[in-house]
Amino acid sequence: MTWLLAPLSHGFMLEALAVGTLVAVTCALLSCFIVLKGWSLMGDAISHAILPGVVLAWLIGLPLAIGAFAAGLICAIGSGMVKAHSRVKEDTAMGVVFTGMFALGLVMISQITSDLHLSHILFGNILGIEREDLFQTLAIGTVSLVLVGVLWRDLQLFCFDPGHARSIGINVGRLRLILLVVLSGAIVAGVQAVGVILVVALLITPGCIGYLLTDRFGRMTAIAMGSAAVSTVVGIFISYHANASTAGSIVLVLSGLFVVALVLAPRHGLLALGRARRRALASDR
Amino acid sequence: MSAALSVDVAGLTVAYANGHVALRDASFRLEAGTVCGLVGMNGSGKSTLFKAIMGLVEPAAGSVRIAGAPVRDAQRANWVAYVPQSEDVDWAFPVSVGDVVMMGRYGFMSILRLPRAADRVAVTEALTRVGMLDYRDRQIGELSGGQKKRVFLARALAQGGRVILLDEPFTGVDVTTENAIIDLLRGLRDEGRIVLVSTHDLGSVPTFCDHVVLVNRTVLAAGPTEEVFNAQNLSRAFGGTLRQHSVDAPAGQAATVVLTDDERPLVIAPDGRVLGRLVTDA
Amino acid sequence: MIEALLVPFAYEYMVSAMWVSAMVGAACGLLSCYITLKGWSLMGDALSHAVVPGVVVAWVVGAPFAVGAFVSGMMAAGVMSFIRSRTRIREDAVIGIVFTTFFGAGLFLLSIFPSNLRLRTIVFGNILGIADADVVQMMIVTGIVLAVLAVRGRDLMLVIFDPSHAKAIGLNPGLLNALLLALLAAMAVAAMQAVGAVLVIAMLVTPGATAYLLTDRFGKMCGIAAGLGAGTAFAGAYLSYFLDGSTGGTIVVLQTLFFLAAMAWAPRHGVMAARRARRVAMTARAAE
Repeated sequence: MTWLLAPLSHGFMLEALAVGTLVAVTCALLSCFIVLKGWSLMGDAISHAILPGVVLAWLIGLPLAIGAFAAGLICAIGSGMVKAHSRVKEDTAMGVVFTGMFALGLVMISQITSDLHLSHILFGNILGIEREDLFQTLAIGTVSLVLVGVLWRDLQLFCFDPGHARSIGINVGRLRLILLVVLSGAIVAGVQAVGVILVVALLITPGCIGYLLTDRFGRMTAIAMGSAAVSTVVGIFISYHANASTAGSIVLVLSGLFVVALVLAPRHGLLALGRARRRALASDR
Repeated sequence: MSAALSVDVAGLTVAYANGHVALRDASFRLEAGTVCGLVGMNGSGKSTLFKAIMGLVEPAAGSVRIAGAPVRDAQRANWVAYVPQSEDVDWAFPVSVGDVVMMGRYGFMSILRLPRAADRVAVTEALTRVGMLDYRDRQIGELSGGQKKRVFLARALAQGGRVILLDEPFTGVDVTTENAIIDLLRGLRDEGRIVLVSTHDLGSVPTFCDHVVLVNRTVLAAGPTEEVFNAQNLSRAFGGTLRQHSVDAPAGQAATVVLTDDERPLVIAPDGRVLGRLVTDA
Repeated sequence: MIEALLVPFAYEYMVSAMWVSAMVGAACGLLSCYITLKGWSLMGDALSHAVVPGVVVAWVVGAPFAVGAFVSGMMAAGVMSFIRSRTRIREDAVIGIVFTTFFGAGLFLLSIFPSNLRLRTIVFGNILGIADADVVQMMIVTGIVLAVLAVRGRDLMLVIFDPSHAKAIGLNPGLLNALLLALLAAMAVAAMQAVGAVLVIAMLVTPGATAYLLTDRFGKMCGIAAGLGAGTAFAGAYLSYFLDGSTGGTIVVLQTLFFLAAMAWAPRHGVMAARRARRVAMTARAAE
């Protein structure tokens, strides 16, 4: 048993667990809104688009997180503008904008001779996280949770039926911006801690796990946050003992939970659907 | 396939992956030379029935046979033609009117899909018949609602389809086009084809359908319009979603009834016969 | 001055890089017309991440990397299709879950099996240092993709535009979609060796999007996209000599600039044209 719990005796592991769980829970909460709104791949797009922002911030001397955040917002808003002002479809608009920005970032990096720890930006560095990054993540996480908590009902309505939200006087444009800001902030904080892929996964999979297991939004968020936290802790432990990639381990545990939910969910899972179909076909009229 | 043209639906049951049974034990038969209206409200299983006839869904039970053979044979012979709903089409797709009609000929071309003279002639004739020849090079998004419908009808004509399925052809279409379409359908019937029209526009059904199939999760009734299209069957099909107004009648006599789903009211005589559509002098 | 501009052509590796880039750019550009119209713009993104575990497994068993990548990509697509057809989860979420899972598995495997596979090379590509054998393989794949598109291109277009009609005339939309997917995976794997995972997405989307704004005929769209793809790839490779690095980045920046230009000034579908049309309509209405 002590062998199993060995990671807990290391300070850096405890910090990794704390930061990782905080990031996971914040992203999981957001993922419920993201998944319902259809913004699942926006997280992926923003995560890549932050690159030129980081480089520019480094050049100017601003904190990297600010540059990343600005670039993320530009990507999200830019995609929306491309879609609004041309006949190009939404997914294409997003693809053109984020890859263009990423490419710009790469070109900029190749012109700069010094070392920007590019791999840390893209793949995260949860085991070597700096104290100031920890506080930054904590701050962003708290602000996000508070904002989402306050605007809970309005955000829910916005994701489900923006037309109705607008008609009852809610400022839909402002809500959209707030959600994008929170999303960008979470991505920037998360990427520094756990890397792009894990952030993208945390912004989609937990929400889907919740969506499969329940029809009530409140419960969906609870399930999402819970599964994200569990995956983080278990994943970190596995990566310690197997001496494997931390991000990879967490993603695999999270996806494992998703598969379990996919098959066994009481109403929307594969087994349940199969049962319902057989019952419907067999019933006498 | 040498058997005479017919569409034979027998005991058709279709269930989707999520457990929803869209159609159960649906049966009816159509012979050559008919325009049949497929009538039912939204969610009644009309589109599922269409998809089954086109071979787009696999039945859980029962069968669909065209000229006595499975649908796949009819597909390979290019016998089944489909005119889609306007909402289902990507009008921003970079194709012209001529391109769309030529798609009807793909089944006759070699695998490289290079059009030959016969294909070009078929396209020209089809476009002329629907009155769209002048629009041949226009991109499909630039057309009016009625013109868009005609383009896809031309495609069905160019294909030489023997069983032609039209999905809600009268929504968003002006009266002139509607009459033109009805004339066209009558012409197709006289050529011995089978035309199936899915519609929830009750008022127009008696004007051009000689047969009717009423759908509500199964086939409630099927047969010649005069026999099947009456108030009783309609209320079974629409299950109380129609509003009914009675016109005053002298004491002791049955009333004239107007049934409406708020789009086009249907007038039904006291003896239950459907008289036709209520036309307002606007 | 001219001599300075012609310097890259003196080096065999540069000339080779420019021509290889052009060919790959042309094929990707052509394919991007189908991809954007199909709504698979982010599918390329997903596939390019999903190939990573396949590369690692291929290394472990000693198979060619490209084969492993291709198989991994197709498996991911298969899983996506399965989940999408059986559950109520939306398409974009399904894509996201599956590709992050595969990439996560790739990261995990990469860390467990010590190898000289550098994730950097997989993600960023390396056309200027690409081995000759790999170039041959890329050209073969490109050739196959172009040949298949030449033969079945019209059917693929039909299945995208109207799958019901395709079924009605005896085609198999499921098989044709799988074919398009296979072409996408193959091209993505081939191009990734040159420009890396993220940028290959752009090459499979941006030229098609640009051409879509410039014309209303599918044939012309294909021609414009292929030409744009080839031209920007060639120019990008050439410029990267002077910029000293990130060939892929240069190519994609060029492609994005063309897209933005088209978005602004396309004769019928650009922003300027739309504004002009609105002004004309307003004045016409005012004159009535």
